[in-house]
Amino acid sequence: MPKVKLSEYATNTVKEVCASFNNSEGELINVLHQVQQKLGYLPAEVQELVAKELNMSAAKVYGVVTFYSFFTMVPQGENPISICMGTACYVRGAEQVLDEFKRQLKIEVGETTTDGKFSLSALRCVGACGLAPVVMVGEKVHGRVAPTDVRKIISECKDGCLT
Amino acid sequence: MDKIELTIDNKTVEVSKGTTILEAAKTIGVHIPTLCHMKLHDMGIENKPGGCRVCVVEVEGRRNLAPACVTEALNGMKINTHSMRVVNARRTVTELIISDHPYECLTCAKAGNCELQQLAQDLGIREIHYEGEKSVYREDTSPAIIRDLDKCIMCRRCEMMCNEVQTVGVLSAINRGFQAVVSPPFEQNLDHSVCTYCGQCVAVCPTGALTEVDHTPAVIRALSDPSKTVIVQTAPAVRAALGEAFGLEPGTLVTGKMAAALRRLGFDFVFDTDFAADLTIMEEGTELLGRLSRHLEGDETVKLPILTSCCPAWVNFFEHQFPDLKDIPSSAKSPQQMFGAIAKTYFADKQKIDRKELVVVSIMPCVAKKYECSREEFSVDGNPDVDYALTTRELAALIKLANIDFHVLPDEEFDHPLGESTGAGVIFGATGGVIEAAVRTAYELYTKKSLPRLDFEELRGMEGIREATIDFDGLPIKIGIAHGLGNARKLLEDIQSGKSQFHAIEIMSCPGGCIGGGGQPYHRSNSSILKKRQMAIYSEDKMKILRKSHENPYIIKLYEEFLGKPMSEKAHHLLHTNYFDRSTIFEQED
Repeated sequence: MPKVKLSEYATNTVKEVCASFNNSEGELINVLHQVQQKLGYLPAEVQELVAKELNMSAAKVYGVVTFYSFFTMVPQGENPISICMGTACYVRGAEQVLDEFKRQLKIEVGETTTDGKFSLSALRCVGACGLAPVVMVGEKVHGRVAPTDVRKIISECKDGCLT
Repeated sequence: MDKIELTIDNKTVEVSKGTTILEAAKTIGVHIPTLCHMKLHDMGIENKPGGCRVCVVEVEGRRNLAPACVTEALNGMKINTHSMRVVNARRTVTELIISDHPYECLTCAKAGNCELQQLAQDLGIREIHYEGEKSVYREDTSPAIIRDLDKCIMCRRCEMMCNEVQTVGVLSAINRGFQAVVSPPFEQNLDHSVCTYCGQCVAVCPTGALTEVDHTPAVIRALSDPSKTVIVQTAPAVRAALGEAFGLEPGTLVTGKMAAALRRLGFDFVFDTDFAADLTIMEEGTELLGRLSRHLEGDETVKLPILTSCCPAWVNFFEHQFPDLKDIPSSAKSPQQMFGAIAKTYFADKQKIDRKELVVVSIMPCVAKKYECSREEFSVDGNPDVDYALTTRELAALIKLANIDFHVLPDEEFDHPLGESTGAGVIFGATGGVIEAAVRTAYELYTKKSLPRLDFEELRGMEGIREATIDFDGLPIKIGIAHGLGNARKLLEDIQSGKSQFHAIEIMSCPGGCIGGGGQPYHRSNSSILKKRQMAIYSEDKMKILRKSHENPYIIKLYEEFLGKPMSEKAHHLLHTNYFDRSTIFEQED
């Protein structure tokens, strides 16, 4: 495993988040949520620090991170693309949309493009079933997406629509 | 306590409120089969995730079957533990577990001791009706423990021992569903984790997923090599447990038979680690008195309490997790390593052989001893002081392999000079024993008076943390004892925060001390076995004529002929060591 020295910013962020939850072991999932939101991902060194701050073992933290598909140890791209694979989206062709993203970006689910621009993930139901199939790019929601729309969504990002 | 009444298999049973169905059934002789569940009574150790579902029973009026190990018995319950529905369900879950398990029973290290194999036998499973993909995972071999997760059934006993009892925190379930395995953080190998090799995970694993590294082939090769002189040392706790592997009642002392068996196996000299335990007391006791007198003279640089350092898993534990305390433990090597150091110098010289021609084998109740003897600082020019460490279980296997009928063996004695020991050396095998042995010697050296008594009951027992004050002729010496690394952690944290003040502390990593070591015959969650082994250890001590380490004539001779006096320069060089800060596992990654 490559060795990463945590930046002062990352170290402080982790410590602040842990402190805001009173460094309580029971708040692990909430802590991980916020840390991932702020840092983008949860590398081993971050998990070690979380474990230390919450006074629990790194093995347990890693167990939780690998259990929930929401948590990622891979840095997210500048444009994190999530395809909803919930029942409604799935029956309306989400899988074909996902396949098209994979083909065009040349990455699998859970991976990030080498230029760091895009990452791909599948998620379960964003609560917008009326718009199925749904694709999220960062916070922006695209509804009723067809495979033919994929190129447009990607190029919009390249033009820097997402900030 | 409130009593409740219920019916199990048509029998009425009265139990205290809060009892599980499993425990309630046991009181009337109904043994519901279990797999993931384990409990060491009176030691506060229990694993009951209710995950395997083997212990399901039918509760009248409930739609679903209930897992007996986690379901509380309630007043008026009517329970059937072997209805057709129950037996079918039990067989189905067992078959499903086996369907994702390698069919390697003939060659598995755990064959004959495997709880899954036993369960399949008990349930009469002759065929697996489920076929499909099997989960596979890379094998992980460390200096002491092998993880073969294809055989893991996710009972999570190891995880409970590692996190809750030992607080080492290396093993945790990771991933989910079919991909779930028990692993060190970030799926590193054990030798890149803070694993102490205490082996308690091995001791409780129901299958062959966790086993010790097998040193027997290497020992057989050495024994077959005529150019080698092969000597053996046996740790105190082995004699109190080895008999179990041959069907003897737990707690049967087999010291004499063990010596006879080792001689028949072809060892040139059969020696005793107890001798080295006496030597440890001379060094550690002297070190304690040295620190104590400096402390009493007002020297503020002196570090107290002194912590024992016999236990290799404990050494790993503080090197990983309490590096700031690394100057506090005694610098004395463990008895195993003291023995090796003396054998390959003093004894090799006496025999006029080169240390490379001398093979030192140790028989240990311990898995961590395998790692300890491989530590670089315990070798000279690449030749280790102790070549191989076998567990009690491996010795039993070796005896069976050599066609030796253990039961008809005569009682034989250890050889001289490294086989003579006192009762103080024997009690090293049980929690409290090392410090009691140290007290017997330190008292007499300090007060220059004869001890009024030899049995220190206040230091014995099975409680996780114990404290006692021993009167050194007017000077009260405060002693702390912890067994199990979780208890050790509590004591250490109290020292760090200044809450506790002790002069001396004994720590053993395994529950019960070495008698409950990770290399002992499997206790199968029966804690009474540990107590019987403990009684055996103290009874051997009582039978000894000499019970104080400093009275061992061969120890006295060793100092006269070779070492000079305790803590001499030569003793320092051979019998003492130092510890390292190994707190950051990532720094090993370079």
